Amino acid sequence: MSRKVTRRRFMAATAAGAALATFKFPSPAIAQSAPFKLGLLTVKTGPLAQGGIQMEQGVLTYLREKNNMFGGRKVEFFSADTGGSPAGTKTKVQELVERDKVDAILGPLAAFELLAITDYIAENKTPMLSLAGAEDITQRRPNPYFLRPSATSAQAMHPMADYAAKELKLKRVVTVSEDFAFGHEQMGGFQETFEGAGGKVVAKIWPPLVTPDYTPFVAQIADCDGVCQGFAGSNPLRFMKTYAAAGLKYPVVAGETGGDDALLRIMGDEFLGMYSCCPYTLDLANDSNKRFVAAMQKDFGVDPGFYAAGLYVAAQVVDEGLKLAGGKSDDRAALTKAMRSVKLKDTPRGDLSFDHLGNVVGDFFIRRVEKAGGKYVNKTLKTYKNVSQFWTYEEKAFLSRPVYSRNYPPVKS
Amino acid sequence: MIDLIAGTNRLRLIAIAVVLAALVTLPFWVSGIYYINVGSQILFFAVFALGLNILVGYAGLVSLGHAGLFGISAYATAYMLQLGAGHTTAIMVALVIGVASMAVFAVLSLRSSGIGFIMITLALGQILWGLAYRWISVTDGDNGIPVRGRPAPFGYSLTDPVNFYYASLIVFIVAVAMVFIFVRSPFGAALMGTRDQPRRMNALGYHVWMIRFYACLFSGLLTAVSGILFVYYTNFISPQTLALTASAEVLLMVISGGPGTLLGPIVGATLVVVIKTVVSGFIERWNFLLGAIFVAIVILVPEGIVPGSVRLWHLIARKRAATPAAAEAEPTATERTP
Repeated sequence: MSRKVTRRRFMAATAAGAALATFKFPSPAIAQSAPFKLGLLTVKTGPLAQGGIQMEQGVLTYLREKNNMFGGRKVEFFSADTGGSPAGTKTKVQELVERDKVDAILGPLAAFELLAITDYIAENKTPMLSLAGAEDITQRRPNPYFLRPSATSAQAMHPMADYAAKELKLKRVVTVSEDFAFGHEQMGGFQETFEGAGGKVVAKIWPPLVTPDYTPFVAQIADCDGVCQGFAGSNPLRFMKTYAAAGLKYPVVAGETGGDDALLRIMGDEFLGMYSCCPYTLDLANDSNKRFVAAMQKDFGVDPGFYAAGLYVAAQVVDEGLKLAGGKSDDRAALTKAMRSVKLKDTPRGDLSFDHLGNVVGDFFIRRVEKAGGKYVNKTLKTYKNVSQFWTYEEKAFLSRPVYSRNYPPVKS
Repeated sequence: MIDLIAGTNRLRLIAIAVVLAALVTLPFWVSGIYYINVGSQILFFAVFALGLNILVGYAGLVSLGHAGLFGISAYATAYMLQLGAGHTTAIMVALVIGVASMAVFAVLSLRSSGIGFIMITLALGQILWGLAYRWISVTDGDNGIPVRGRPAPFGYSLTDPVNFYYASLIVFIVAVAMVFIFVRSPFGAALMGTRDQPRRMNALGYHVWMIRFYACLFSGLLTAVSGILFVYYTNFISPQTLALTASAEVLLMVISGGPGTLLGPIVGATLVVVIKTVVSGFIERWNFLLGAIFVAIVILVPEGIVPGSVRLWHLIARKRAATPAAAEAEPTATERTP
């Protein structure tokens, strides 16, 4: 008998709790001297969570450093987990824009998430700063409310290809990358610059994003003197293991995700000697980066990688932009314009400014994986200064070409 | 039987009227378009769950490939729009393609029932997911297809969230009415007969396979309708929508709410959508919460929330009635008393 009563009570309590949780509406916002509302779209569950959690840590580090104050206004921070699916991203961006009424959004992580919401963001006039690749959002289909303070998919690959051709003297390269827009655009950029510098891409291999075993793809690598890999998430680890296990010794070059600093602590010997090009490098010796790395190690016990640094810099841009806009965020067009006019010197990635399409112009670092003191490190070998998304190409000519894709530039036989 | 319906009729009518009034006036008492959008999502996912419930609840056929069908109509809509077709054409083509693929599904999977049926639908759903993922010239792979704009029937642009909510509500009410009529028709009775006693139904001269096939088509129609609403809601479609987890999610809506009831899938859809969209904003580990709720459902109300709470209600009501008039206690009540 008594058991039944408790069960009934339990049900009632649960129902009441659920009802309370569902109908707890946010109180109306106060118009004057209101806090600046900053939203973050990230991925905290699922296969992309590793980068997504670093994104949040990057923002939190900056907020702590600034005591939650941007341009004289208190910052209210909203973090939303998209689950790494486009439908989830749409739901969560609506939550941020329509319910929380944020003034600016950081994120999302992946290009397919960004593509799902770019029109929505433009319609709702909310400035968004993302590190997702998706070239055309700052090129042929520009979104006036979008800024990319990290890099386009191919922006790091142009200098990487330049380095591979001129310094590593590679002649024939096989590219291998995931079969989605980010991979296509990375490899397209590599091919364009590499072939312009006299090299040749002999084959392009496209394993799907979720590939249980890379052996059949690694087996196709032949007739070359170098390999360019463009994997993201934790896939570089699995690819490099398979690559080494197959006994292949060709030098490997990669982009910002393929050699991310956050992967260093779980790398193995198969990574030694791999080159990567990244808009952030852990060993950059400026004040801002030292502060950032120390804070990340203290608060979260991890070395920051490209995702954490990207979001830290994005938060810096919002802060600086809000200052330039005089602390006003009601006019979103003016706020976006102010953010795009930001020029920063002291960031963890060095100097930074934006082009007229909202994409970053900044430094890119060529690094090589080495072993120092029992740890793997990305040692910076060369810095390409002030690289734009158009590399050395003329903007008009670049934009008149089709966007880098699976079949562009084509592989010449 | 008729007495039973008449007895509950007044209470039920009042309840239906109250719920209907609440749904129609929702945009007026809910603050902010965010919650209206959550309402739209609940409505079209409820239509999806109603469609699956035809198979799971009334035909006793558990399908794990319904997200594939949901996605194929969404893709058909998006692809037609990308080819430059109008909204009416796109929707019509999507409906035809959705129902036709369900027919193909049914022909292949109705060779068996029980676990065999689950495995075949699972495999077919995964094939559709694979196609969406790798048939890049049509689906653009992982990048998905964006859909620009929403239709504007009778001059009401569905771009406005409130209008979209009402469109979903109309579709939802029509779907509920269709299922209501379907279940109470002789055909519905025959379908439940094939669920409970397929061999006896066969012996009585019913064409069991054909009855199940038609039930599949009806389920496919509701799934296609909800898929079209979904793609217009998100303005985007990509392979994740067709993944196995999506199939499992809608199956959980049906099972948690109560398969084989009209209200069950609606309650289940509400539960899952509210936790996924609203509660996930407050609780980071919302997957865990959802799991815990399902475990609680399995332990406390294994037949689903709707029939389970009806049972608990009757139990309470009977106990109250039984205390003064213990002499009249019917023997059937012993079944549940410890």
